[in-house]
Amino acid sequence: MYRYDDYDQHIVNERVEQFRDQVRRRLSGELKEEEFMPLRLQNGLYMQIHGYMLRIAVPYGLVSSKQMRMFAHIARTYDRGYGHFTTRQNIQFNWLRLQDIPNILADLASVEMHAIQTSGNCVRNITSDEYAGVAQDEVVDPRPYAEVLRQWSTFHPEFAYLPRKFKIAISGGQQDRAAIYAHDIGLAATRNAQGEIGFRVLVGGGLGRTPIIGSEICEFVPWQHLLTYVESILRIYNQYGRRDNKYKARIKILVKALGIDEFKRQVEADWADIKNGPGTLTAEEVERVASFFIDPDYETLTDHDSKLSEFKADSRSFSNWMLRNVKPHRVPGYAIVVLSLKKPGETPGDATTEQMEVIADLADRYSGGEVRITHQQNLVLADVRQKDLIRLWQEASRHELTSPNIGLLTDIISCPGAEFCTLANARSIPLAKAIAERFEDLDFQHDIGEITLNISGCVNACGQHHIGNIGITGVEKKDHDEWYQVSLGGAEGNDSSIGKIIGPSFTFHQVPEVIDRLLQVYLRERIEAERFIDTVRRIGQAPFKEHVYATDFITEDDDIANKHVVVPAQYSVPYYSPRF
Amino acid sequence: MIIKNRTIVADEWTVLRLSEQDSPETVAVPAGKVIVPLQVWLQQRDALQQRSEIGVWLATDERPEVLKEDVDKFSVIAVNFPKFSDGRGYSIAYNLRTRLGFSGELRAMGDVLRDQLFYMQRVGFDAFAPRPDRSIEDALKGLSDFSDVYQTSFDQKQPLFRRVQRKGNPAAGLIDE
Repeated sequence: MYRYDDYDQHIVNERVEQFRDQVRRRLSGELKEEEFMPLRLQNGLYMQIHGYMLRIAVPYGLVSSKQMRMFAHIARTYDRGYGHFTTRQNIQFNWLRLQDIPNILADLASVEMHAIQTSGNCVRNITSDEYAGVAQDEVVDPRPYAEVLRQWSTFHPEFAYLPRKFKIAISGGQQDRAAIYAHDIGLAATRNAQGEIGFRVLVGGGLGRTPIIGSEICEFVPWQHLLTYVESILRIYNQYGRRDNKYKARIKILVKALGIDEFKRQVEADWADIKNGPGTLTAEEVERVASFFIDPDYETLTDHDSKLSEFKADSRSFSNWMLRNVKPHRVPGYAIVVLSLKKPGETPGDATTEQMEVIADLADRYSGGEVRITHQQNLVLADVRQKDLIRLWQEASRHELTSPNIGLLTDIISCPGAEFCTLANARSIPLAKAIAERFEDLDFQHDIGEITLNISGCVNACGQHHIGNIGITGVEKKDHDEWYQVSLGGAEGNDSSIGKIIGPSFTFHQVPEVIDRLLQVYLRERIEAERFIDTVRRIGQAPFKEHVYATDFITEDDDIANKHVVVPAQYSVPYYSPRF
Repeated sequence: MIIKNRTIVADEWTVLRLSEQDSPETVAVPAGKVIVPLQVWLQQRDALQQRSEIGVWLATDERPEVLKEDVDKFSVIAVNFPKFSDGRGYSIAYNLRTRLGFSGELRAMGDVLRDQLFYMQRVGFDAFAPRPDRSIEDALKGLSDFSDVYQTSFDQKQPLFRRVQRKGNPAAGLIDE
């Protein structure tokens, strides 16, 4: 993976000192909160319900075992013994004190990490395909370009105070695994007929209040022009994006208002001025950065280990895990392993200090010392020898990292929700747990097959509910109780789509039953091995909607009292945010 | 006082702001060194360009391109930041410097605070009128937050990867050889 040189390290060190001074000025009262806010936000620091939340940048989701151990250190030293992996391939800590943040940043800098631009109205951490470099369908390895973009966007002087946040995702496989259609800029690294590398550029995608699938602004931008083309998109957005209403400030609104053709015209007029200028990428720089992403020394191995087949036949748990959590690798004899952070009953995406240390050890022993964070909030060991799979599974199982549910119903994507976040209208995590526990039965999950279920506590869509096959959103109602909207038909990847709301919203306790009813319709209507999303697309929403609302839900008399039951013991705080 | 060329100096200029009663056509522009709103310049151009020294300031929703033919006439162009989170002024400055070729004093005024100054100098500002309720000496420190940068802007025409020899992965080098 990429290693800092003196320049990278120096810039990050200077940031630590700059922020240390900003925190000092805030604590001394020299900076008012409203002045400190945009400064702390450019550094991933949010004021949440219980304290400060720090979001640490994990560039394109890639961490070394050493960095993972640093997360464990932070969790143990400054937090409550766990961290939360996010849909942006980052990690967040929820219980920090402001005065500790400069030291945490210094700790991070010592392992080549930072929290730069993980929030605020600037270019955020670049996200990418968690199988980059090892996927069988890869056309171009996106990692060197993701790193080049990371450096370009770090402290870009012109684009630090954009109308709103700005997210760039880059993929390089035939299948999009980076949700590039749901980003402000989506880049698909590809090759033209001559075999030259370039990027299909999408713009104006995004979720939140107004979910929109990105539009193609350019079919092929040659790699040399990647940075200048992105710069021109940002310059047009910075000048003309709306600033009067934060809900209409994302680039998608500008692109819709101008139309993609006019937006493209303006971008390319700006670009004409800088194209071929000094911002043009050089082959030397791409080669330099790419040199950090060379293949490890793969052994010459073959697939189909006989021991593996025997063990699979003996152990149903292992064969289930192989089926769901082990993905094909482009090198024979190797496999990609997904460690599930979705054990039913646990918080999606959370890992304890102990688990982080175990993950780091497993990475060192079995996968070249590297881990990837997925935007589905799981972890990936990308270079595992197939002959090590049994041992890896046994060890990871002891630490509850092998739930065989990747891509299944209980692999729920969830935002932190109202227990942590001041924006949320409703709790997300307890709902994710309630759903996972209801559908925990593995045979049932395997029968349902591939399905995505995403939960967001509010319209801001951190749980990416619009692109879940089933999406759940916390909505605000006058009575300040928790209500949830359910949508159907969302998807990510090459056939991305935005889900549609099925009808009036539900209470917390009705949601698992709603899911059950949706699945009943699927089981009734599906043709052979048709996936859930394909059935929805074929028969439309109507049969689902009809069945969900056909009969009343059983009301629970002690509805309020029951809510406490699902609040996990580790949160020794009221389950509601102070807003209620 | 303002910061100009990284030094605290006396401000020789007066900034003219229109009150609600004023109209850009008729407002009286005082004698001396005055920075007038863009609309006043556009309405009173003939008279104002007779002056030996004149400045103009832009709001962040105004376009610098309207000064395309005029930039050489100004000793000072200022950009007013209504609040520090309004980042349009950075692109205005960049365009004034790189596309319109303005070479006089480019001044940031309004909600200008220490922690923005590093970025502001990069896009082409060379003068800063920090908010009067804050120490200007402190603001000056903001210009030196970082000693190196990755990307091009007005102050740095070459990106880091063209300016210096950066190290690749030594392991990869060994394999190549």
